[in-house]
Amino acid sequence: MSNEFVPLFYGFNFYLFGLIAIASALLFVTRKSPVAAAMWLVNVMFCLAALYVMLDAQFIGAIQVIVYAGAIMVVFLFVVMLLNLGHAGAVSDLRGNAGRLAAGFVGLAMLAEVMVLARTKFPDAMTLKAVHGLGPVDGTAGVIGPIAGPLFNEYLLAFELTSMLLLTAIVGAVVIGKKRNPDAR
Amino acid sequence: MTPLDPNQLPPSAFVFLIATVVKMLAIFTLYMVVVAYTTLAERKVSAWIQDRHGPNRVGPWGLFQVLADGVKNFMKEETMPGDVNKPLFILAPALAFTTAMIAWAVIPFGAPMPTPWGRIDLVVANMPIGFLYVLAITSLGVYGIVLAGWSSNNKYALLGGLRSSAQMISYEIAMGMSTVCVLLMAGNVSLTAIVAQQQATNYNIVLISVAAFIFLVSAFAETNRVPFDLPEAESELIAGYHAEYSGMKFSMFFIAEYANVITASAMFVTLFLGGWDIPFTTWDNTGQATVLKSLATFAMFAFKLYSFVFFFIWIRWTLPRFRYDQLMSLGWKLMLPTALAYIVIVASAVLALDASGIARTSRLFWMAMGAMNLVLVMILFVILDRGRVISPASSRLQRADVQRLRAATDARSTLSPGETH
Repeated sequence: MSNEFVPLFYGFNFYLFGLIAIASALLFVTRKSPVAAAMWLVNVMFCLAALYVMLDAQFIGAIQVIVYAGAIMVVFLFVVMLLNLGHAGAVSDLRGNAGRLAAGFVGLAMLAEVMVLARTKFPDAMTLKAVHGLGPVDGTAGVIGPIAGPLFNEYLLAFELTSMLLLTAIVGAVVIGKKRNPDAR
Repeated sequence: MTPLDPNQLPPSAFVFLIATVVKMLAIFTLYMVVVAYTTLAERKVSAWIQDRHGPNRVGPWGLFQVLADGVKNFMKEETMPGDVNKPLFILAPALAFTTAMIAWAVIPFGAPMPTPWGRIDLVVANMPIGFLYVLAITSLGVYGIVLAGWSSNNKYALLGGLRSSAQMISYEIAMGMSTVCVLLMAGNVSLTAIVAQQQATNYNIVLISVAAFIFLVSAFAETNRVPFDLPEAESELIAGYHAEYSGMKFSMFFIAEYANVITASAMFVTLFLGGWDIPFTTWDNTGQATVLKSLATFAMFAFKLYSFVFFFIWIRWTLPRFRYDQLMSLGWKLMLPTALAYIVIVASAVLALDASGIARTSRLFWMAMGAMNLVLVMILFVILDRGRVISPASSRLQRADVQRLRAATDARSTLSPGETH
């Protein structure tokens, strides 16, 4: 479906979801109840996925929802729910005004960094296009191929090393979790 | 075998828009009606399995029972228990209902239909991410249940919500791994492409049977159906996460459950049973697309889908519930390792068959894969069963024990009425 309204549609939805994401993020850091905060964070994750889809990165969008909104946040919510039984909002770890000001400054600094980075022109050698001539992705080739191709050819070593790192972290977590304290008995 | 004739052009943007809106409305209406009648089907099938009549008072054969139930749920008072977290308490059924509804959007339910304005694909949104979308949406469905459990401020509801989140995360992994095998076969995650692949080779249930089995078990766990309905186990948790709900909010959870059953069946049919393809003929997917072909394939899809929904109901009224630790160990210690090992086996087998020059569309390819699967499925079932269910069903008792029991029965039946032990 190609006509002049498509870019308008994508643009409108991109900014719409961007605004929802920012509003949800603000609500996320200002809520007193941790469960409500977690739900707003889920909304941020979902809106980010929508932004990816609007940028035609549908695979990343789906993975964003599956991994972050569907798995990691559920575990977060699981823990937060157990820690806040019956007195939601009674426990809050919002600090005083100094903490809020500091958080605001850190946020502004990060925003500035993003804006600087967005204007920086990276050397061609650093971009994907230069490494193996990836132009705009062909829609008919599926959404998996353009990602799997570079991942299992050019970046195979990095990919395998990353997976080894993650595996080490998982094994470490299991070891720490299984460690028995001899004094506990 | 050539794919459907593409001389029917895709429609213009305007027609596409109109067609999509029409499809959305039609599918939503049909979906709601089918979901409603699935509840009746469940009650009828359960009655049939338990040798009773089931609902038969409202309308012929109880067919209007669904309407009566709907009116009843709308008219009922909605109680709002004290000390609930109100926003989340109201949000929870809405979340469960919405995620259950929108997961259907990517399922192709028929051959493309030619119209005077261009070719209309019989799928609401032909997304390139296909089943990843369904996995993503169903992974969001857990929030409805978890939030319902937590916001009710009730210990049984909370336990139900916690069980459900642990269970759904565990089985999501096994389900995702089983769909990797589908990806190995089709080379694409788009459901339309997966249906086309199954038309070209053979159904995935023949090519990757073990993955189909794992997907099936995970689908039962994901939809919180017996034997994995621990989040709402009534003997332990009253009604689990929806214990505090009433009226239409309660009903929303049930609509969501049946909608999830239908979506899971549709996913199984599309991924492993060829989707809308009519088996044993190539009439439906070659040559000129016609309206008749579209309708026939839609009927075929509905038939496969409903056979599967029946299977879901049948299992519910046949098997007892798992214990919670059994459920977890089944998910993590059996389903996940099996799925991982099976990915390796399928990838090696496909690589070997490709290397030996056997075309994917040839008869030899699916026969070789099918033979391999037959052996693997038998090994898996023997390991799963460990001589407990399947094998003893034919010879549960030793012959000597049978003789002893018969003797005891005979002795009892010969007692005269007045005699006591």
